[in-house]
Amino acid sequence: MTDAVVRRFRDALPADLDFCSLRLVSTRAESLSIRKGVLQPLHDAEDLGAMVTVRQGRGLGYAATADLSAAGLAGAIQRAREWAERTAAHSVFDYSRIAMPEPTGSWQSPVVQPWAGESLAQKLARVQAAAASLPEDDRLVEWEVALERTRVETRLVTSGGGDVTQVFDMVAPDATVVAHADGRTHTRSLGLRGHSRQGGLEIADEVDFTGLPGRLAADAMTLLSAPDCPSGTMDVLLAPDQMMLQIHESIGHPLELDRILGDERNYAGTSFVTLDMFGTYQYGSDLLNVSFDPGVPGELAGYAWDDDGTPAERQMLIRAGILERGLGGVVSQARAGVPGVSCTRAASWNRPPIDRMANLNVEPGDSSLDDLVARVERGVLMRTNTSWSIDDSRNKFQFGCEWGQLIEDGQLKGVVRNPNYRGVSATFWRNLVGVGDRSTFEVWGTPFCGKGEPNQLARVGHAAPFCLFAGVDVFGGA
Amino acid sequence: MDMQQQLESLAASAFGALQPGEDATLSYSGEVTDFARLNRGGVRQAGTVDQADVVVRILRGRRHAARSLTLTGQDDAGRVAAAVADLRELLDLVPEDPHLSVHTAPVQQVSILGDAPDGPEAVATVLDMAAAGGSRPDLVGIWGSGRIGRGFASSWGQRSWFERGTWSLDFCLVHAGDKAVKRTVSGLAWDPARVQAAMDTARQELIALGRPVKTIAPGEYRAWLAPSAVDEVWSLLRREFGERGRQTKTSAVMAAIEGRQRFSPLVTAREAVGTGVAPPFSGDGWPRPDAIDLVRDGAVAGSLVSSRSAKEYGVACNGAAAWESAEALDLSPGTLGDADVLSTLGTGLRISDLWYLNYSDRQACRVTGMTRFATFWVEDGEIVAPLQVMRFDDSAIRLFGDGLVALGADAELGMSTSTYFRRATGSTRVPGALVEGFKFTL
Repeated sequence: MTDAVVRRFRDALPADLDFCSLRLVSTRAESLSIRKGVLQPLHDAEDLGAMVTVRQGRGLGYAATADLSAAGLAGAIQRAREWAERTAAHSVFDYSRIAMPEPTGSWQSPVVQPWAGESLAQKLARVQAAAASLPEDDRLVEWEVALERTRVETRLVTSGGGDVTQVFDMVAPDATVVAHADGRTHTRSLGLRGHSRQGGLEIADEVDFTGLPGRLAADAMTLLSAPDCPSGTMDVLLAPDQMMLQIHESIGHPLELDRILGDERNYAGTSFVTLDMFGTYQYGSDLLNVSFDPGVPGELAGYAWDDDGTPAERQMLIRAGILERGLGGVVSQARAGVPGVSCTRAASWNRPPIDRMANLNVEPGDSSLDDLVARVERGVLMRTNTSWSIDDSRNKFQFGCEWGQLIEDGQLKGVVRNPNYRGVSATFWRNLVGVGDRSTFEVWGTPFCGKGEPNQLARVGHAAPFCLFAGVDVFGGA
Repeated sequence: MDMQQQLESLAASAFGALQPGEDATLSYSGEVTDFARLNRGGVRQAGTVDQADVVVRILRGRRHAARSLTLTGQDDAGRVAAAVADLRELLDLVPEDPHLSVHTAPVQQVSILGDAPDGPEAVATVLDMAAAGGSRPDLVGIWGSGRIGRGFASSWGQRSWFERGTWSLDFCLVHAGDKAVKRTVSGLAWDPARVQAAMDTARQELIALGRPVKTIAPGEYRAWLAPSAVDEVWSLLRREFGERGRQTKTSAVMAAIEGRQRFSPLVTAREAVGTGVAPPFSGDGWPRPDAIDLVRDGAVAGSLVSSRSAKEYGVACNGAAAWESAEALDLSPGTLGDADVLSTLGTGLRISDLWYLNYSDRQACRVTGMTRFATFWVEDGEIVAPLQVMRFDDSAIRLFGDGLVALGADAELGMSTSTYFRRATGSTRVPGALVEGFKFTL
């Protein structure tokens, strides 16, 4: 079908356009969910549409449509051109300075067990088996177990002959359990649908989906009788599922070039990072190494080309604590005059690409988990984000977790509830005193990164080992 | 074909494909929107999004299944009929749904208002206004305009249609760094004079942002929260009045629901879709009353009930969406006039905007977040200096309970500027609030 659309697009292209691209996006999504023993309504989704982008002179315009007929595509090209021409005099940047990529090729997510390889009844049986791991207990006042699948096929075609097809298969096993007793309520979950990955049904097996809700229920009921997290300045040992949030908010967003250039100041915010910091700024301790890596197998935001068509490749953003490179695609790099990465991505066909962090990972160090715990005289191990807040420059943050565990004299001790910590990005990472080795390294990801005007949600991946921070302001609830 | 006709055509196709014993519903959402993303007084990205989708649901007794389809304008009626056939195959696989609750009354309702301007022309007008009188200002934000349609049709005969032509400009004039003045203007008829007025008042406020920045120590402060800051706090609280949250003890205002705590007697909050910005029916066709009291004179007075919660908990549905969040929040104004705000504040903080709120202890309704944009230190009723951004961590029930000194006399209706997936139809109308002992931590 897409070949016919591409032929219609090429036939409709006026000869006098400087540059024009067509980005077709087809999405199919399904969710199988059981809530408190009741199968939730079956609902699948089919979405197909295209964004046409025109660069004409200094200006840039777009038009998004699901009408992929010859008339529909011609109308979109005309509307995008109209925007480019009518805003050229007001354009914040001379887009004629950029040679847009003209890539060719194809790519797809690695899949071991295709979603379509099992019947609906078989997949429902998986969810039912997972739900059956929950104990009968009146304290479990709310729970939901889900298996979600999304398949996205994109095709980017350019007026200069570029033609790239990419297929993304994603599966997210998910569960949330809420326990309540004696006026207390505690939730355990995977935090922001954190097991979202590229691949097939093997993802459910990799996270032991069948036993997952039962484990979360046991945790939630343990929290009901746990003491509150202590307050004070102490060490914090962050598990990879909380590192996901820590990396995302206080490294990823501050390094986005479009924020630094001011595009996001009315909505997502600016950044404490300025363009002159690249190459010299001490972002963290010399243990901190951060990579942009679209090639990690199974990580949620893997791809071979971004939505502008720039080839994706691994780059170090922070090496031995020094800031080297920002998160910005071809347009932002040209505007800012600094190196970036291939990271312009759009939520779908109905939104224009903007700078996104994709897979952003902290590289493993050389400490085992036992080593990290043994180094702590007094501190808290924290797992699974439940609360996140950071200022619009991405500096002053406060994060909370579902699960905490005291560490005293190098030993893991009892569970604590409501663990929270706060800090300042510009100094927090300099207090990174221990980085877990490959054995502690885990791949996490979430489909819920909000940014942009108009607003867009993006899928991001964050892989990290356990990381130890010294001198953190820790506190509990109420 | 216009959007309303499109829904009617789809309904004819879908309902014509039904077999005996089957019913079906269609939930429609469409828009044609001109967007212009603005930065530094110029255009960063601009374009048009033309999109529509329909959720087709087929029912046989208490068994049902649904599919969302993006509409292409090409044989959509045939695609909807094919979806009905596909979904029919699923009905034998799914069990009866004990929480299914269907609106079967053959309601007929149509509400069409507003006229959106030509996007490129209006954007040029806005930028010319911003640049008038000198060099290009540092204006950043988003323009959005066009028609939005929401509709529902059922094989029982219901036809509900809601359509609005709207425009909005959500923008900041930036002094430097994170110091800026934010304004949002919107309407059903293009009114450049309102944009001009918003820019003029923003420019006036911008002058004070040029003073040396003051940093305050963590502690408790008296503060005036402008309506946009109050809106941020209630953007969290508006999600806490759902019936499911009440029944499962997961609501963050559980202490107020159970009467262990109270909001101030000054607080009366409603879900008020009667303002006309949001559809008077839910996505699954249930009618939504003009107003639902959530808090009356400080006491929790009601909840938002989706169709599934209604069945599960045995209460009446009042048209809430599945997530049971207020979409047209109306917080009743008080008596403190704009002219008296600073003198009544005395010494403390004048906070224009709050940002990135989240619960630090959900059970205690303790909320953390940041000050943002034009926040000032005030002494003896006079603005002294812009403030370095500060983190707060305080109970939202306390802030609008024992900590509430007064509510502002003015509460302006604001249309939602949210555009995740599609342009939202929500709104808020809230006044400013004078609070005592606002706790800052970092």
